[in-house]
Amino acid sequence: MRVFVLDYGVGNLFSLRAALEREGVEPIVSAELPSKGDFAALILPGVGHFTPVAERLGRIRDRLRQWIAHERPILGICLGMQVLFEESEEGVGCGLGFFRGRVVRLPDSVKVPHIGWNALRVRRWHPLLEGIEDGAWVYFVHSYHPHPVDPTIVLAEADYGRTFPAIVARGMLFGAQFHPEKSGTVGRRVLQNFLTIARERWRS
Amino acid sequence: MGLTKRIIPCLDVDRGRVRKGTHFLDLRDAGDPVELASRYRDEGADELVFLDITASVEQRQTMRAWVEQVARALDIPFTVGGGIRTLEDARALLCSGADKISVNTAALARPALIRELSETFGRQCVVVAIDARRRAEGERLWFEVYSHGGRRPTGRDAVAWAQEAEALGAGEILLTSIDQDGTEAGYDLELTRAVVERVRIPVIASGGCGHPAHIFDVLTIGGADAALAASIFHYDKYPIPHVKRFLRERGVEVRL
Repeated sequence: MRVFVLDYGVGNLFSLRAALEREGVEPIVSAELPSKGDFAALILPGVGHFTPVAERLGRIRDRLRQWIAHERPILGICLGMQVLFEESEEGVGCGLGFFRGRVVRLPDSVKVPHIGWNALRVRRWHPLLEGIEDGAWVYFVHSYHPHPVDPTIVLAEADYGRTFPAIVARGMLFGAQFHPEKSGTVGRRVLQNFLTIARERWRS
Repeated sequence: MGLTKRIIPCLDVDRGRVRKGTHFLDLRDAGDPVELASRYRDEGADELVFLDITASVEQRQTMRAWVEQVARALDIPFTVGGGIRTLEDARALLCSGADKISVNTAALARPALIRELSETFGRQCVVVAIDARRRAEGERLWFEVYSHGGRRPTGRDAVAWAQEAEALGAGEILLTSIDQDGTEAGYDLELTRAVVERVRIPVIASGGCGHPAHIFDVLTIGGADAALAASIFHYDKYPIPHVKRFLRERGVEVRL
């Protein structure tokens, strides 16, 4: 199974690639998003700054829409999830707007960036959370988080200064604020679940 | 629940081989960074720090190779430090899979390096390592920053330097007490506290750990966000699960 990883040209995709390889999938990493064709899933990685990444993705919005229209699974990680929303306090420019809501900064009452292991609070069961227990630890590195208009897209939350969404989903569009590729066994399971969803759709 | 305190084993790497102790008696190759990293990961380490202590510049070519191997095997974050002087040094390591890079002497020589790293790669992957020693002048106790692996005094005040590093874009401070390092007599709680109180970024305390109680003290009295240790984890003296249970029983939130 081939999974496409979009490279915004700003950083370290080695870990994500390695995590996918450990699951036996073939990650294709490139800056040019192909039409969905040969790929079972798309991953938007979590590196960089909102404005340039949103700008870059804005140019391929229509192509991304095609992926969504064909219900090809998409997973945004960290910033890759934030750009799926409408706008961000991190910088100017429009997000993709596939999820409604803004991305806001964590409160000043806590140290920012939020770096480290924090617990997931499961709000709604979903195949993406198969085998993930309430309270499971995952690794976060971020200063901003989405504030969705529609609270029902939130599958899991975490607490840091305030409660914020850790996993969101609607249809075949998924987002994780933490880094599954850096979250040990739990992160590996989330990634496996996403790939299982992708595999099932790929076969059907 | 909330953010946990982190337990971070530190490994010294010389020419691609882990130095200092054999760590685990049952490992096939205790000098292999990948085997050791995987073992610590399995035991529940929250992160790892690798310090490359290779003396000669020529042999630094080996660095990328072992960093890549570690990144391929590891699914928890790790930091690489030692001899990083330029953006290109940092880029090579980050592109080889390191999650964070740590700078020390080069940042003291040219503080703007911190800003450049932060603006290029994001502050979350920039760790500024500070080695400090106690100084008593009359009534006043202060902490002097040392460069070049703790060998050269700089005249700088550690608290002021930590604040400057934060302002320049550091994402975390790795704070080592030279006085305590290697003594196994406990962290320098005053040094840690002094820095923690004056910066708003996470502080990783280092130097002097010999017992789980030392980690408890530096995370509570010292206020550190993470504790780094090396020898305590060697020879299965205090395995990580043991340390974490010790902390949890005393009310410190850890990932178990």
